[in-house]
Amino acid sequence: MALTTNIKVALIGNPNTGKTLLFNQLTGLNQKVGNYPGVTVDKKEGKSKLSKTHTATITDLPGTYSINPTSLDESIVLKTLLKKDIKSSPDVILVVADAENLKRNLLLFSQIKDLEIPTVLAINMVDQMKRKGISIDLHALQKELNTEVILISARKNEGINDLKAAIVKCHITAKASPLCSVNHKIDSDYFDKLKEISPNFSLYELWLMVTQNDYPDSITLEEKEKLLAFKEDNSKLKKYQHKETIYRYQEINRILKETYVVDKTKATDLRGRLDRVFTHKIFGYVFFFLILLIIFQAIFDWASLPMDYIDGAFAEISSYLKSELSPGVLTDLITDGIIPGIGGVLIFIPQIAILFMFIAILEETGYMSRVVFLMDKIMRKFGMNGKSIIPLISGTACAVPAIMSTRTIASWKERLITILVVPFTTCSARLPVYAILIALIIPNKKIFGFYSLQGFTLLMLYVLGFATAIIAAYILQKTLKIKSSSFFVVEMPNYKFPSVKNVFFEVIEKTKAFVFGAGKIILALSVVLWFLASNGPESYDNVEQNITENVANQQLSVDEFDQKISSIKLEKSYIGIMGRSIEPAIKPLGYDWKIGIALITSFAAREVFVGTLATIYSVEADDDNTTTIKEKMRNEVNQNTGEKTFNFPVGMSLLVFYAFAMQCVATLAIVKKETNSWKWPLIQLFGMTGLAYISAFIVYQILS
Amino acid sequence: MVEFIQSKHPQKCLHNSRDLSTIATLIKGEIGYISEESLDEIPLKLLEMGCLPGAEVQLIQLAPLKDLLYINVNGTHLAIRKETALIIKVIKES
Repeated sequence: MALTTNIKVALIGNPNTGKTLLFNQLTGLNQKVGNYPGVTVDKKEGKSKLSKTHTATITDLPGTYSINPTSLDESIVLKTLLKKDIKSSPDVILVVADAENLKRNLLLFSQIKDLEIPTVLAINMVDQMKRKGISIDLHALQKELNTEVILISARKNEGINDLKAAIVKCHITAKASPLCSVNHKIDSDYFDKLKEISPNFSLYELWLMVTQNDYPDSITLEEKEKLLAFKEDNSKLKKYQHKETIYRYQEINRILKETYVVDKTKATDLRGRLDRVFTHKIFGYVFFFLILLIIFQAIFDWASLPMDYIDGAFAEISSYLKSELSPGVLTDLITDGIIPGIGGVLIFIPQIAILFMFIAILEETGYMSRVVFLMDKIMRKFGMNGKSIIPLISGTACAVPAIMSTRTIASWKERLITILVVPFTTCSARLPVYAILIALIIPNKKIFGFYSLQGFTLLMLYVLGFATAIIAAYILQKTLKIKSSSFFVVEMPNYKFPSVKNVFFEVIEKTKAFVFGAGKIILALSVVLWFLASNGPESYDNVEQNITENVANQQLSVDEFDQKISSIKLEKSYIGIMGRSIEPAIKPLGYDWKIGIALITSFAAREVFVGTLATIYSVEADDDNTTTIKEKMRNEVNQNTGEKTFNFPVGMSLLVFYAFAMQCVATLAIVKKETNSWKWPLIQLFGMTGLAYISAFIVYQILS
Repeated sequence: MVEFIQSKHPQKCLHNSRDLSTIATLIKGEIGYISEESLDEIPLKLLEMGCLPGAEVQLIQLAPLKDLLYINVNGTHLAIRKETALIIKVIKES
């Protein structure tokens, strides 16, 4: 077998050029998502076989219009290209452009060429050129750009082999020459002096170090010192950057004049006709509202079947292992700690997958930009940004991926506010809690003859969550003293059919991010909780005996007897003691120590509430027995008040508490990561939980 | 078009109409050309996206409260905020 050479390829392009689809075509399922060193932005990497002798490791860089960054996403491109990290610096750069917007796409290409790294240009969407009246003189263009140019259609998988061959060829010849020598058109004196600083960097690299304040690792202190002299006059730098851009466009126009022709009579006005509806002052909002309705309907309806299935499957695995393995601590750990823990993570996959499928489709078609267009002004009144709408919608599935999707927001203040309020939206972990409480306190009646009162209550809880997010954002906007220059622009891409492959990969990626990000924490904590709930300071040995004596004259089945034991064990466990000790604090909210236990256990993840109550009221959390859980909870009497534990005031108080409280360690962890400080997650934890406590107190005191 | 602006902003009648035309004063469907004067005001990112002096701008759609503005600059379709549109001067087709 011949030895193969691996080429490091960086995939770069404007947003909406089909870059992601090309990445998926080149790498298939051979991808992994990691983090860039030092920053939290996801790094997507994939392997591709280029030829018999060459393979490639392809890095999909975030889409950007230029090397000069304005958001966290875009700064990655600069860092990668300035060779901040020698190990990951690319051998070959593959620039993807879209045939329809070639002129704008070539700006980024011209900047990259000037870095003097071997570059290949792929012009995508050539299958649509004919329909749009575009023709390209490929031969002349290659000559003018002094670069291998390949026409491809990522969607139809055309030209991919030529592209692979071109990457290999480019790597072997290692041809790298600048395209625009910007210096002489602007200020030859200034740039000649800049060039003299170091022979190790191209002029454009030095220029980027001056303007972007970002340096390669290999720069010497002396060189860095010299560069400082070039930074003194800020307004001059700005002026030169403007001039540079104009000069680049002049060059691009000159090149394209000879090589690129658009027959405007061929243009269809599909975009115009769709935009008249989607961006309409009234119909635009009506349409967006309808789409939201469909998405929520799908999350509830379609997801419930697989969720029930997952729930049942894990319960069965657990009881099967219990009967097969020899009893002991290890078996208990597996069957009561680890397996329910994994099940508690996997149960959310259907909802998350469905939601991200919709979001991927909306982004792929180009519709999401229209939503940003409609919502920006409204969101800005609350300190956010049109782009905040995507995290806020995603938050209805899970706050973790939602918070990660704020990275496209350029203004730090708008991004931070979005991160802080997203956890107020009703995520899928709140649903099981809401479901059981609503079933307990809201009568199963119809209002207006057809609308279920229970369903209406659930809808109101969603509205409550969203309204609180908006109000919190408004307050944060007024109180946060953060200066952040916010310049906002969003491209309105042409409408296109979503690619099934892209949607599929996006869903897989987001689901994986949830399972491995949030999942790890939820799993770890459920094991800790299992330990705290199954161990206590006192020995359990005499518990069984006591019960045997106490209930000797009662007719109990073996099952009932076991349940009684586990219930008493829980009371005597560490967590039971914790529940008792917080009782004074939660009494004003209408809760007893048993609910206190559930509050503590659900601190890590809200959905644990139901399972804990099920254990406390000593019934198995088996799906078939939900009516029994409800019956037991309905009949439960509070030892302090002598009233029913789950009466209307207590139920409402709990609903409000769960709507507001920050009970999700996974979210806190991601906020810590994204804001790079403990300050914001702690503010979230105390702010939200404080609000939850006060609101629940007020609700209980008014209603009781 | 010029009359329309003057009647709405009588205090600005003293200036000639060229000076007060920006992307924000275009009406839906109207075309203008980005003026050379704005070069230093235009944010770098917009320049990089193709909003260059001399480029043809058409206002395609306005969101409620005339913010954002959906424009077509030389074939690139963008949405910008009113505050940005106000600083980009245009020369209107007459």
